[in-house]
Amino acid sequence: MLDVQGVSAGYGAVQVLSDVSLHVDEGEVVAVLGANGAGKSTLMNTLVGIVPARTGTISFLGKSIRGWKTEAIARSGLTLVPEGRRVFSALTVEENLRMGAYGHRDRTAAANDLVELLERFPILAQRRRQPAGTLSGGEQQQLAIARALMSRPRLVLLDEPSLGLAPVVVEVVFELIRQLNEDGLTFVIVEQSVTQALDVSDRVYVLAGGRVVAEGTSEEMTAAAERLEASYLGGNE
Amino acid sequence: MTTATVLQQILNALSLGAIYAVLALGLAIVFSTLGLLNFAYGELVTVNGYVMWLAVSAGLGFWAAAGLGVVAAVVFSLLIELTAFRPLRGASGPAVIFSSFAVSVIIQNLIRNFVSPRPQGIAVPGWMDGVLTVGGLRFPVLSVVTIAVAAVALVALSALLTRSRHGLALRAAAEDFAVTRLMGAPANRIIGMAFALSGMLAGIAGFLWIARRGTVNPTMGFTPLIQAFIAVGLGGFSKLSGAIYGGFLVAFIEVALQVALPAALRPFTMAFALMVVVVILFFRPQGLARAAEGRLA
Repeated sequence: MLDVQGVSAGYGAVQVLSDVSLHVDEGEVVAVLGANGAGKSTLMNTLVGIVPARTGTISFLGKSIRGWKTEAIARSGLTLVPEGRRVFSALTVEENLRMGAYGHRDRTAAANDLVELLERFPILAQRRRQPAGTLSGGEQQQLAIARALMSRPRLVLLDEPSLGLAPVVVEVVFELIRQLNEDGLTFVIVEQSVTQALDVSDRVYVLAGGRVVAEGTSEEMTAAAERLEASYLGGNE
Repeated sequence: MTTATVLQQILNALSLGAIYAVLALGLAIVFSTLGLLNFAYGELVTVNGYVMWLAVSAGLGFWAAAGLGVVAAVVFSLLIELTAFRPLRGASGPAVIFSSFAVSVIIQNLIRNFVSPRPQGIAVPGWMDGVLTVGGLRFPVLSVVTIAVAAVALVALSALLTRSRHGLALRAAAEDFAVTRLMGAPANRIIGMAFALSGMLAGIAGFLWIARRGTVNPTMGFTPLIQAFIAVGLGGFSKLSGAIYGGFLVAFIEVALQVALPAALRPFTMAFALMVVVVILFFRPQGLARAAEGRLA
């Protein structure tokens, strides 16, 4: 579905990503892990064309999307829920959702999607006339995801969905991702909270210094992490 | 001072404020989208004025000429975007300030060379210069027309911004341009809409301003630019509604000073008005509109 080969990118003279390759198949949840500054957000921004890729190829649904404008990539079914949620705080909850469907040609379908999403997110239905800035962090994260869903994406990139949220709320957000994935939506999740990400994902890429330093299935990674943890805690391996 | 004069001065301030509010909104709408000031904004008023003057000279009716002037301001605003802003997208702020300033200088000199450096008169229909007498109070027709036209423009703009999906996109872009593009809204379309609306508002305000002065001259855009800039600064750059409050406030300060200052100091009204603005901004550096209130993004 998404195929990235040898991509490098950066800002001005600073190169952040070097020779990054990864692929995502339909129906998967793929996690991208790494420390602060490993290039995870830059990778997400490069995939949606906010940061231009300097080398390499990016293809989505069989089309080369490298060099496309952000709005064109979004309309083709690849969207990003950015780090820090970035809901439109002065717009109401409903206006945020309607904005999510901007690229939609079919207005009736968009109106139906709105009704469906408000059923799925009762908290947003309750607050639909409130400015999004008045929502709590967890509610804003749900709104940001719901807003992304309004564009009827095929692949959703989530940049740090757990950032700044209470553990209980993080649980809710990951449960939501699980459900949406069961309904057939494909995800790429960037996370610093490793356990949650390993739990929800099928496969993992680990970024360090702007390069992919490890990849594998989440099961392998979990097992490796447990072995590592056990050895640190003095367990007999 | 009698109650009647006070009321008449309030009406005067309201009509001047209506012009400033519309002007300031036109400047603010581009600023809120791009984060850049259009220094050729005053020339939208100038172009509007000269097209009106040409149309009236060619024998067109006053209102038809006014309509043509507004259309010209919209077209010219889009041209400014294409020539002074789009090629420099992503460049530094000062670069765009200079390019829009260059457009302003070029327009002024073109008019000086190809029309005339001297003012040209536009005859305003006689009835607009008249006075309505209601219950012993005299209301200048022009003030009433000005307030009505500005009110219609503001209501229409507000409906557009809150009801249509394009208006929604403009408000979203004012808050977060990158995320608005992530929603599938094309950057060029949003910026184009902002400039078209900016031109329309400058055209409408320009028409009302010209109806007040009755003349056009090459540097006539300077005062509207400065007044709009002060109004936006006073109202606060964070919200479009701030531009409206700011516009009315500037006009009330100006009219109050004109009434209060002794005749000898009246030529310096603007200087005193700016002093008042400086004092207000000293206490409220963010401007008057607070970021969290109101609905106009």
